[in-house]
Amino acid sequence: MTKINRIEIAFRDGVRDAPGEKTKKNIQEHLGVNVDRVTTVDVYTIEGVVTAEELEAIAAGPFSDPVIQRWGINRGLARNFTWLVEVGFRPGVTDNVGRTAAEAVRYLLGNERVDIRVYTSRQYAIDGPVTRHDAERIASGLLANDLVQHYEIIDGSSWDPDRGVAPTVPRVDIEDDLRVDEIDLDVSDEQLRNISGSRVLALSLDEMKAVRDYFADAGVTEKRAAAGLSPRVTDVELEALAQTWSEHCKHKIFNAVIDYEDEAGGLTSIRSLFKTCIQGSTKLIRERLGERDWCRSVFEDNAGVIAFNDDYNLVYKVETHNSPSALDPYGGALTGIVGVNRDPFGTGRGSKLIFNTDVFCFADPFYDQLLPERALHPRRIFEGVREGVEHGGNKSGIPTVNGSIVFDDRYLGKPLVFCGTGGIMPARINGEPSQTKEILPGDRIVMAGGRVGKDGIHGATFSSEELHEGSPVTAVQIGDPITQKKMTDFLLVARDRGYYRAITDNGAGGLSSSVGEMATLCGGCDLDLSKAPLKYPGLQPWEILLSEAQERMSLAVPPGKMDAFMTLAERMGVEAVDLGVFTDSGMFRVRYGERTVAYLDMTFLHEGLPTLHLSAKWNPPRHDEPSFPEPGDLGGALRSLLARLNICSKEYVVRQYDHEVQGGSVIKPLVGVADDGPGDAAVLRPLLDSFEGIVVANGICPRYGDIDTYHMTACAIDEAVRNAIAAGGSLDRMAGIDNFCWCDPVGSTKIPDGDYKLAQLVRANRALYDYTTLYGVPCISGKDSMKNDYVVGGTRISIPPTVLFSVLGKIDDVRRAVTMDAKRAGDRVYVLGRTRSELGGSEWFALHGYVGNDVPVVRGEEAKALYEVLSDAVSKGLVASCHDCSDGGLGVALAETAFAGGLGMEIDLRLVPADDVSRNDYLLFSESQSRFVVTVREDDRDAFRSVMENTCCAEIGRVTDDGLLVIRGLDGNEVVEEPVDGLKKAWKQPLAF
Amino acid sequence: MKKRVRSIVLTGYGTNCEMETAHACRLAGSDDVDIVHISELLYGDRRLDDYDFLNLPGGFLDGDDLGAAKAGANRIVHAVVKGREERLLEQVLRFVDRGGLILGVCNGFQLMAKLGLLPGFDGCYETQSTTLTFNDSGRFEDRWVYLAVNQNTPCVFTRGLKELYLPVRHGEGKFLPADEAVMERLHRQEQVVMQYSDGNCERAVMSYPENPNGSLDAVAGICDETGRLFGLMPHPEAYLHRVNHPRWTREDLPDEGAGVSLFRNAVAYIRHEL
Repeated sequence: MTKINRIEIAFRDGVRDAPGEKTKKNIQEHLGVNVDRVTTVDVYTIEGVVTAEELEAIAAGPFSDPVIQRWGINRGLARNFTWLVEVGFRPGVTDNVGRTAAEAVRYLLGNERVDIRVYTSRQYAIDGPVTRHDAERIASGLLANDLVQHYEIIDGSSWDPDRGVAPTVPRVDIEDDLRVDEIDLDVSDEQLRNISGSRVLALSLDEMKAVRDYFADAGVTEKRAAAGLSPRVTDVELEALAQTWSEHCKHKIFNAVIDYEDEAGGLTSIRSLFKTCIQGSTKLIRERLGERDWCRSVFEDNAGVIAFNDDYNLVYKVETHNSPSALDPYGGALTGIVGVNRDPFGTGRGSKLIFNTDVFCFADPFYDQLLPERALHPRRIFEGVREGVEHGGNKSGIPTVNGSIVFDDRYLGKPLVFCGTGGIMPARINGEPSQTKEILPGDRIVMAGGRVGKDGIHGATFSSEELHEGSPVTAVQIGDPITQKKMTDFLLVARDRGYYRAITDNGAGGLSSSVGEMATLCGGCDLDLSKAPLKYPGLQPWEILLSEAQERMSLAVPPGKMDAFMTLAERMGVEAVDLGVFTDSGMFRVRYGERTVAYLDMTFLHEGLPTLHLSAKWNPPRHDEPSFPEPGDLGGALRSLLARLNICSKEYVVRQYDHEVQGGSVIKPLVGVADDGPGDAAVLRPLLDSFEGIVVANGICPRYGDIDTYHMTACAIDEAVRNAIAAGGSLDRMAGIDNFCWCDPVGSTKIPDGDYKLAQLVRANRALYDYTTLYGVPCISGKDSMKNDYVVGGTRISIPPTVLFSVLGKIDDVRRAVTMDAKRAGDRVYVLGRTRSELGGSEWFALHGYVGNDVPVVRGEEAKALYEVLSDAVSKGLVASCHDCSDGGLGVALAETAFAGGLGMEIDLRLVPADDVSRNDYLLFSESQSRFVVTVREDDRDAFRSVMENTCCAEIGRVTDDGLLVIRGLDGNEVVEEPVDGLKKAWKQPLAF
Repeated sequence: MKKRVRSIVLTGYGTNCEMETAHACRLAGSDDVDIVHISELLYGDRRLDDYDFLNLPGGFLDGDDLGAAKAGANRIVHAVVKGREERLLEQVLRFVDRGGLILGVCNGFQLMAKLGLLPGFDGCYETQSTTLTFNDSGRFEDRWVYLAVNQNTPCVFTRGLKELYLPVRHGEGKFLPADEAVMERLHRQEQVVMQYSDGNCERAVMSYPENPNGSLDAVAGICDETGRLFGLMPHPEAYLHRVNHPRWTREDLPDEGAGVSLFRNAVAYIRHEL
């Protein structure tokens, strides 16, 4: 037999080809091309010596399902098509199915057959009156992503099924010579800039100079000579410095000195927004809590840690994965979710993962203007990201419990993909507090999980730049949730047996960052890159050090535990290798075999970065005041608002995520009589034998940032907290995670308004400080992504400054949790919180093409008092339903409460507590913060009112059984009379793909 | 004399419902409940011979990369247990022969179908004659479904149950037999244990979303001829307490979730009849 064979698998006649039908639907919906039929064929290309009998055994055995499928060897199974598109991976791209297939072959033929490799591809046989041009569009615009996949189009008229498609394998062939370059930094400023640019180092001139000066130091030269190195920097060292000093890893803007000028010309100097506003707030809150402080580890590890109870700690982190998701939405988002999984997993001694969250920002999926060059259509990004998170979350067995989607066309160049993961760990593990880690000199450096490849090289520096024509394609990885699941299964056992002392993940910057950061715990390391297992030969030392190939953790294993650790790894099917030793030498030493390739002072590596000095100037923008009359048909207006992309149902996405695995689900993302109402927050029980639970919620409202990012951030915090309160949370124990996604705020000729964007950042941080301290909700971790700009061919598309605030709270008894759906006719409807004429940045103004100026302002003291009292009412069981008022205001909240319960309502707007609101539409659609719609059993009215005394709380109507939402306006006349079914339909329709 | 009930919950290589499955076994009164990684069986550290109740929980064995549970089935069929000259499948078949109970949920059901453990016609447990494939929608979905339970089935897990309401969470749950004869025999032998049904759990339905995947004859779960081997796509271990129910905040429900009853039946059978 030849060494390369193809096995094709197709559905038997009469068996429905659901993947093919889905593809047909996507072709119609995404591209507007009508095709008659799409059928699929799965292709396995097998490299290695196998006999004809073995091939048949493989095809008939693990590769096909005899009930529904048929197979062919080295012939084509596709029939009756106009065009056949075959899509396969490019060399070196992670092929998860190929890996599983090769493993299955080894089970079948024997473990010694390690030479057999399997590569997968898929054929789409398209039948119908489709031109070649359309076939090209289908292939490049939907089926294949040119960055990671290649495709071939075959004309049906020339098809010879006996020959099929000639087998080829996307093997990585690279030259094998080991090379370590030395770079001369004793050059002009211009040349220093060029070195940074051409190597994707993303280092500024000042930073390049700091590196140059370090290497010019006589003491350094002497030490290097002793280690066998020349005075010149090696490529390994330069790359390691660039990763460690990247915006992504060091948060240079958040740590910069900023001269801030306010609108009155007042000047302030801020020494690190991170230290003053974010860490400063948490520090103050912890001091106030004193002995009751429930924070366990904040900002210093991969994720934040708080106490759940005396016996357990909770861990939470939210990350972004924006740039990769712009290039490869599926791979980028998949890597985003499995990547953030490793943060809580690599925190302290390591935690078991219990929930995921996801928040996406996209441009309009129905966008019909010309796309900027290289940008993917928003619908394709939406679908790719959705599917990536689906596969990452579902296959990892972690429920996706909470999220949201924001639409704004300024996310056309770069979508935002926020992925969060929570974990739980015993408060003490083997007698040590679980949130701590230590490393002793002599501990072994061990890498466990996947292998190292060229994937993800320069991820950290690439995401620290704008997206441009030359953005490196190697920055994209594809995650593998099953390899990761096997690894986490293994490491949790190793953790409980005390086989390792410290653990961290390999994410941005790869081994360079993980081992470099771990080495600070003991004061040095001696790492041997030649021992790293590679996906394919030919990687240079700097590439091995930087590779962001996924599913890898780095560990510190005491020498006495090495045998036990390695034996357990092998048994559980996980690859683990000894890469060297942690030291107290004060040096970051990297070698390749005997040869030292990097030798840097730990202090320089971690503290040698010069501080950035920036300026910011705040000029409040002034937008046109809207001028449109109150519409006569407010019912129609309500329906239009419900159908807005930012308000409508996201059920299409939610249903495709497993939100119940692990068995702890209490409040699901979809609630109500028909399981389709919009839940405000997730509630779950991490321990199945206890009723103690957690609440997870988020707030995000970039539109308000068009007016003032201070209030935008205040509203995001309030929204997150309010959602958690609505479901039954309380301010007693609630922690926050801040995620800032900005457009480049560093002023230059390219970015003339940098000082305004930076002022927006300053204001956002000030709000974060003010409101987190006021609510007593400390940030325990966070992340910033500062270069969310897309620049191609002179076009710059910048995202609107965006803050996501995520909260994790404790609920003492989940049986007291509340959902947002109206429960029964006769219940009384209350509105809590005051309505003001605050429609700036609202969905109602946006619907009319306006931004306005009166942005919602959070009255924090009032809100806090209300939240405390409401939590009390909920814990007493006095609240039948509670729904947060956010986008679309009171009108939308009332409608959602009614239709989620399948019930009607009678509401009188004259009873709504309001300040100077004279229009019905403003009263209904103002987005004033800190408000709720609550329903209360008639029997509980008095008790509820007495608890709510001294807060802004008014009964505005009652729940009815006639299925109509009836609203009386300010003049006493009915202004809305809408069947709730129709309102629900309007709300469900826009994204019902 | 009361027999001690020993339950094993198999995990590893992508299984992910092991915790709640083990919890269900405990709630049902099983005396021993061990979560065992497949590698522990393959290395001979544990043996199925020491258990009476084998749970194959949900998840994504090997990512379902070759089709749901295909690679997982391939491992069980071909992998050899270290130090014993037997394949893992032989241990499984011995377990069946000894009269043990097997419950396969979701990925576990897919595994049982692809191994041929179900439907196990004529006591042959190695021939695949049914499958679970892509949902008609082409999508993974998480949704709760109503199930009508066959009152004449030999299945020991569903004794005394008429209806159930449980979540499905799968992309490949569409039940298909190899041919009409298989389907006819499944019905004739009352091996169709439960079907997706209308809201009253009375009538099997083919319409979406009540039948969430397009299963032929709305089949949601089948058993073998003895009733001791049972596979189903819906997740009973996901409904162990009323707070798991999607509408627990608006309906009066007993504290214990209906999913526990399947495990109680299994434990009772082992205690009294095995």
